[in-house]
Amino acid sequence: MLIFIQQLMNALQLGGIYALIALGYTMVYGVLQLINFAHGDIFMVGAFIGLFLATYLKLPFVAVLLLTMALTAVVGVAVERVAYRPLRTAPRMSLIITALGVSLFLENFTRATVGAAPRDFPALVAGATWDLGGVTVGSVQVLIIGISVGLMLILRYVVRRTLLGKAMRAIADNREVIGLMGINPDAVIAATFAIGSGLAAAGGILVAQAYPVIEPYMGIVVGWKAFIAAVLGGIGLIDGAMLGGFILGFTEIFVAAYLPSTFRDGIAFAILIIVLLFRPTGLLGRPVSTKV
Amino acid sequence: MAARWQSLFLWTLATALAVALHLLGRAGVLSGYTVQVLSLICINIILTASLNLVNGYLGEFAIGHAGFMAVGAYVAGVMTVKLDLPFWLAFVAAGLAAALAAWLVGIPAFTTFGDYLAIITLGFNMIIVNVITNIDAVGGPRGMAGLPKATNLLWVYGTVAATLIVLGNLVRSNYGRLWTAIRQNEIAATLMGARVKQLKLTAFVVAGLFAGLAGALWGHLIQYINPSSFTYIKSTEILVMLYLGGMGSLSGSVVGATLMTVLLESLRGLGVWRLVISPLILIVIMLRMPRGILGFRELSLGGLFRPRGVSRRAAA
Repeated sequence: MLIFIQQLMNALQLGGIYALIALGYTMVYGVLQLINFAHGDIFMVGAFIGLFLATYLKLPFVAVLLLTMALTAVVGVAVERVAYRPLRTAPRMSLIITALGVSLFLENFTRATVGAAPRDFPALVAGATWDLGGVTVGSVQVLIIGISVGLMLILRYVVRRTLLGKAMRAIADNREVIGLMGINPDAVIAATFAIGSGLAAAGGILVAQAYPVIEPYMGIVVGWKAFIAAVLGGIGLIDGAMLGGFILGFTEIFVAAYLPSTFRDGIAFAILIIVLLFRPTGLLGRPVSTKV
Repeated sequence: MAARWQSLFLWTLATALAVALHLLGRAGVLSGYTVQVLSLICINIILTASLNLVNGYLGEFAIGHAGFMAVGAYVAGVMTVKLDLPFWLAFVAAGLAAALAAWLVGIPAFTTFGDYLAIITLGFNMIIVNVITNIDAVGGPRGMAGLPKATNLLWVYGTVAATLIVLGNLVRSNYGRLWTAIRQNEIAATLMGARVKQLKLTAFVVAGLFAGLAGALWGHLIQYINPSSFTYIKSTEILVMLYLGGMGSLSGSVVGATLMTVLLESLRGLGVWRLVISPLILIVIMLRMPRGILGFRELSLGGLFRPRGVSRRAAA
């Protein structure tokens, strides 16, 4: 039972990180109908920006987190501006292919500039552990769960209650008409990319605190998993991304705990296919009707 | 009728050229490197043209083509290295195994719709690489060495010719027209009585088959295969060739695969920066020429001499 609770904490930690990154996928999909393949690499870029802030500027944790989120948001918006915006009216396929190109570019550019060797990420938080009736809880673990849940709640508030959130939901609903309502679609899309990239950067810092080695290709698997999470919950839905992230985190931790760990990736993919076979629009998604 | 004579003429010319190059290579006039690059071009044409069937003609979005290539390469490799069987048998088995894999992946993939095919094919690509990495009998992450040098220019040329003839006939057949109909309007095609799921699966299986053949050829050209040769980086390379040449055009696939292979080979001296430049090319192509060089148009001998505009109408 104690081991189970211990695993539950690990699952919450991993699930929270997946959910943070999945939110970026789902938001971009919501407004642009684009699978942003580069999102996992934005997460990686965030981790590297954090590494440089932490090692060269020796900033404290909160400063590293906030500054990295801001700088990575700039990267995300730049990618949107250069590679995606010119294709607003192009076929969706060109947009998705471009995203794939951006993904490879970010990976290999990072590899060419900082090298392929894994880098150690400094521990920014004092490593304390508490014993709660047999269950060991680490400060990093509490921090990761706290920050990821906190950011998710903030995002949920922004999307549901603020004007920006309203504009984002409007653009997801109908991009053609939104201009007539006095909303600047480009600004809203840029804001979406900024928020998504900022969350991915936070995910990058948190992952780097939990598993303190980072490398240029780290975004591939995590990005892919986060995307599975987004699809699992219902792509385009904020709550779906969170639900999917936690489900995936829980499954992975428990599969790794009770089965050989090489099964982990295969099972994540199997879950996705099974869910899609029964609910093609994800767990929380509503069936879409095609207009004739 | 003129088109028939024209293609007969072109094929005779190409065959003569291939035989001549093969003999020159064996005589040592062409360097081994030149022969290798020529073979790579042919293998990439097979991969690109077969993916074109799904992405270009059918209008679906598959992105894990290297997965089927991996199935072909490993099945053929195991047969020649471990079981000591002749290459032609391994070659055929590689195609069939990849077609079977495509069928198995296609069944769940085509019950969903839209972007999910992209996810499922990419997922399959990652899973197959993952599985191969975990099988120790085929060398795991270390890969498998000692494949016989069975691929020569005649083999690759023969396979390219077969690929282009089969695919060319398929896309001009009733099947091809139905695929185009699905690409242009899936709902309308359904209403006209097209069995959409079945048709999509057929295109996917054919594409998988040829990718498997390409994998067998590639393995027996390089003589060493390892899982990391077939990751989604390779899949993206195939996509770059396809979109550079232009979708829905077999001659486009030939042009795209040739240009890209030569370009990638000539950038080899740049080391890791080569991997930075090739995605940049992809992005620039998408931004500047969203339809690629020959998107939905075919290159023809007659078209070269026809005044502009006429060929457009004739192609449509």
